[in-house]
Amino acid sequence: MLVPYLTAGFPTIADSRAALRVADEYADILEVGVPFSDPLADGPTIQASSFRALTNGMTLAGTLALIADSQLRAPVVLFTYFNPVLRYGVDRLLRDAASAGVAGLLLTDLPSGADPAVEAAVQASALDLIRLVAPTTRRDRMQRAVAGAEGFLYLIARLGVTGASATVATELAASIARVRDVSPLPIAVGFGVSTPAQARTVADLADGVVIGSALVDVLGREGVPAAGRFLARIRAALDER
Amino acid sequence: MPHAPPRETAVDGRFGPYGGRYVPETLVAALDDLSALYDAVRGDAAFWEEYETLLRDVVGRPSRLSEAPRLSDLVGARVLLKREDLNHTGAHKINNAIGQALLARRMGKRRIIAETGAGQHGVATATVCARFDLECVVYMGEADVARQALNVYRMRLLGATVVPVSSGTRTLKDATNEALRDWVTNVPTTHYIIGSVVGPDPFPRMVRDFQSVIGREARAQVLERIGGLPHTVVACVGGGSNAIGMFSGFLNDDAVALVGVEAAGEGIATGRHSATLSAGTPGVLHGSLSYLLQDADGQVLPAHSISAGLDYPGVGPEHSWLRDEGRVTYHAVDDGEALAAFQLMARLEGIIPALETAHAIAWITRSRGRWSRDQAVLLCLSGRGDKDVAHVAATIGTPS
Repeated sequence: MLVPYLTAGFPTIADSRAALRVADEYADILEVGVPFSDPLADGPTIQASSFRALTNGMTLAGTLALIADSQLRAPVVLFTYFNPVLRYGVDRLLRDAASAGVAGLLLTDLPSGADPAVEAAVQASALDLIRLVAPTTRRDRMQRAVAGAEGFLYLIARLGVTGASATVATELAASIARVRDVSPLPIAVGFGVSTPAQARTVADLADGVVIGSALVDVLGREGVPAAGRFLARIRAALDER
Repeated sequence: MPHAPPRETAVDGRFGPYGGRYVPETLVAALDDLSALYDAVRGDAAFWEEYETLLRDVVGRPSRLSEAPRLSDLVGARVLLKREDLNHTGAHKINNAIGQALLARRMGKRRIIAETGAGQHGVATATVCARFDLECVVYMGEADVARQALNVYRMRLLGATVVPVSSGTRTLKDATNEALRDWVTNVPTTHYIIGSVVGPDPFPRMVRDFQSVIGREARAQVLERIGGLPHTVVACVGGGSNAIGMFSGFLNDDAVALVGVEAAGEGIATGRHSATLSAGTPGVLHGSLSYLLQDADGQVLPAHSISAGLDYPGVGPEHSWLRDEGRVTYHAVDDGEALAAFQLMARLEGIIPALETAHAIAWITRSRGRWSRDQAVLLCLSGRGDKDVAHVAATIGTPS
């Protein structure tokens, strides 16, 4: 399962729409990021894309319109910080996102248990509640971290860029096993995968691979066609297995 | 005076609806650990004994309560000053830095990170890290690095690494984002000493407890000095740690008016201000729900104040609750009024206050006539203004 991530409104509104359509050709699930002024869970690449998108005038409402306009084939997960949702109105967002064709909602800064009323509202809606599991999520919290999760689980796996791949695979395999212990949902792994070889390694262990910063980086530096070629190479690596 | 934290007003990490823990999953375990440790420490007399010893030995507490005779004449009330400016490192920030360093030591974490706006919290943290032999990394917005150069040098002198933050508005808000990113990455080895009563639970409770020494001392000192309680207690509010520390001593004294003073910057109507409680709406920033300066799309608006320590678009969640409950009233004072009060305090009382504190002084002078001569107004003089002298000189030139 290939899960590309793109920031809505980056690098321009028009190119963002084009990039979503190109990514849709290769994606099993598409993650669309809502730009936020204070993306404290993101590294420099996504931060920069977020600020650019805001400068371009992108908003949460604009993101939903972009998704609806783009007529995407793959299920879309809206990836957002909580404050824009709070300001928009949780119930209104759940309704409007479903109308726009969004399938799931991932709230970056709303871990399980942080706001039970909001979490219940998402679960009761047409949208899937996508949960994150971190390397620091301990065994005693795992059950709670995935409580009420729907669709798939997003596992943040911190893998060093250096070091033997055998070690990497062992650590990731252990992380995945911990998650499988508590949930039957498919597991997508995001950790800054940037090459087809890395994607293949992850896909051998997990159910899906999230390609975020590396894709946003190519899109920002080289444009939409290059982003398409990048995803084609990743897709080919996954399909060759 | 035996130290004990004030009665807990938060329930499940929230003050009314405010507060909470809106953070990436990665940080949940660290916050769980910190909460568990802190809940245990709250009732641990040995911890507070060590804390109190350090406050005496390192900070020089208890801080003085001073008369302000000439300011009193001007205002028409008896103005009393709680002299946090006389603390080692020059502000109230060190009360909290010491408490949290003790917690870090208990957790076995030897790397400390902090955010800073005016640099006072950064200096306090760097000082404590030197004293406890801890590694110290301080995040500071590039704009603040420029306007608080003296404090940057002090931090480096104390052995801290100062990391200028160039993203976003390049001020305290973005320094806090960057510190949180560091914490997400290095959480097993690192403790984040947040400098104000902001951030995810348990920080707002913890920082309040470590600053509550201000209010506890001040209440006893005022009672001893004037044989009664003050009529009004005033403190400046950015994130709001000196104010919460001071107010916590008087929350149960219903007759005492509590006043928080925010920065109106160039004027609330201009949109260039930091008056979160006066002009904001509830939202989530830096891990908690509280009043926030934000636009219609939920994007956080850039704050503005001449004072780097108040230049923040959020505010501590307990302040939001105290505002809604009506227990504390919040007012706003603009850059010009603060600059005037900065100079006035120097001329009248021989005290150069921090620009942050100057906002609270300005509200008192603006309110003259509201009190009678026998009523006492207690001001939290939260910090000294040495750090601001160069910036003020560049702004207003040489005093005539």
